[in-house]
Amino acid sequence: MRLFDVLGPVMTGPSSSHTAGAVRIGLTARKLLGEPPARAEILLHGSFAATGRGHGTDRALVAGLLGMQPDDARIPGSFALARQAGLAFSVGTIALRGAHPNTAVLRLEGSTGHRLEVVGASIGGGRIRICSIDGITTDFGADQDTLIVHNQDSPGHVATVTACLSGHGINIATMQLYRSAAGGKAVMVLECDEPIPEEVAVYLRRQPGIVKVTTLNL
Amino acid sequence: MAYPSVREMLAACQAEHLPLHEVILRSDLAESGLTREDSLAEMHRMWSVMCRTSAEYREEDRSNSGFAGGDAAKVEAAARAGLLLGGDYLNQVLAEALKTAECNACMKRIVAAPTAGSCGVLPAVLLPLWRAGLADEEAVCRALYVAAGFGQVIAARATLAGAEGGCQAEVGAASAMAAAALVYLKGGTAEACAEAFAMALTNLEGLVCDPVAGLVEIPCIKRNVIGAMNAVSAADMALAGVVGHIPADEVIDAMAEVGAAMSRDLRETGIGGLAGTPTGQAIREIVTMAQEEA
Repeated sequence: MRLFDVLGPVMTGPSSSHTAGAVRIGLTARKLLGEPPARAEILLHGSFAATGRGHGTDRALVAGLLGMQPDDARIPGSFALARQAGLAFSVGTIALRGAHPNTAVLRLEGSTGHRLEVVGASIGGGRIRICSIDGITTDFGADQDTLIVHNQDSPGHVATVTACLSGHGINIATMQLYRSAAGGKAVMVLECDEPIPEEVAVYLRRQPGIVKVTTLNL
Repeated sequence: MAYPSVREMLAACQAEHLPLHEVILRSDLAESGLTREDSLAEMHRMWSVMCRTSAEYREEDRSNSGFAGGDAAKVEAAARAGLLLGGDYLNQVLAEALKTAECNACMKRIVAAPTAGSCGVLPAVLLPLWRAGLADEEAVCRALYVAAGFGQVIAARATLAGAEGGCQAEVGAASAMAAAALVYLKGGTAEACAEAFAMALTNLEGLVCDPVAGLVEIPCIKRNVIGAMNAVSAADMALAGVVGHIPADEVIDAMAEVGAAMSRDLRETGIGGLAGTPTGQAIREIVTMAQEEA
């Protein structure tokens, strides 16, 4: 473990998993949406549902949706700030089968009408995993620049995406492929060593069979 | 890279003729890619947050559950009235441990050291010395590198998560890190730091993580006090030349073994121990009802 992970991070209390990790889930969901959210339905599962209010998990998720980092001192007051920012939100609970105990489901609608459902788990020490995007399983930590491509499950899309990244000099650190069923919906998650430029997203969105392109640049 | 053992960390001091904090700083630069200036600035930032958290403590603040807050102010008032047993330093250590841990429960900014639940231990033992002019900020930051270096070895050989190792892995680790930092501040050798670290960890071995209602409040806040007090005791023993006989690395390994043997009910699940007592259950009911009403 790195030195400043042992002595640090600076965070708003009380819990690295239930507060700091929850902020990161909210912040990651905002970045994945690609614009400020206007509406958010927040559903808490497991320990998040049982102890979330005491840990400020609900306020932490909203703070993240507003773009705050885990060390932001405004986290406790995020509900009021959301109203000022024009974010309408609700907080409820959900029981998910087989999910990590610290899991949140975020159903978002952006200011221009984009919709996104993100399921995130806080796995300890403030680290998170994004477990699904729009109903398709994923598994990435959102701690690296990441490209997420939704496409029809048909030949050639991986080659298109990797060729495009290579053309822009971007090194792929990890790559995961998921699909709902053969020939159905598929998701590619590529964690990269460099930020993903907007022109990559624009180019990929024009390719046939690619449904959605999302970038997460740190 | 972080050192996999205290033994190798101390051997590096000998081999490179460098002080302990410098060996730890250099090992992290090699791993993190930070520049020396960045790393030092970051450590000063950690210390400045620790100072600010204490300074911004308010007697009237309460946690969301209503069960945390106000205790550090009681201790300070009692100390001023001359009602307490400890001397000036110990009274301040007691109050500061409560302060930072209460701030954490009240959703204020803290430094996880090594975790949020154990964030009060290191500032508790360091702030009084710094305020009294017995350690300047540079010396405190060097001691924080030493604390972090020992913490990294725990992370490498065992765990710093209560969910995996119980409270011994959080408050126990924080206490051992703080003991090493105190010995370093007092000019002790690297070997004496390791002795203090080992004795502090030894004395909290087996401590379970049994938070009432699953919150970082009862007993976590007061466990920060025992972590800080234990650090002072272990540091004083090491400075006096007392040894613990079991080497630091073996103590860490024992802590890992004990953590693995701990029932899941006693590892941050809020089920066993104090959380499972009739009063612990009753508090859970109150907190849950408040949550449903909200």
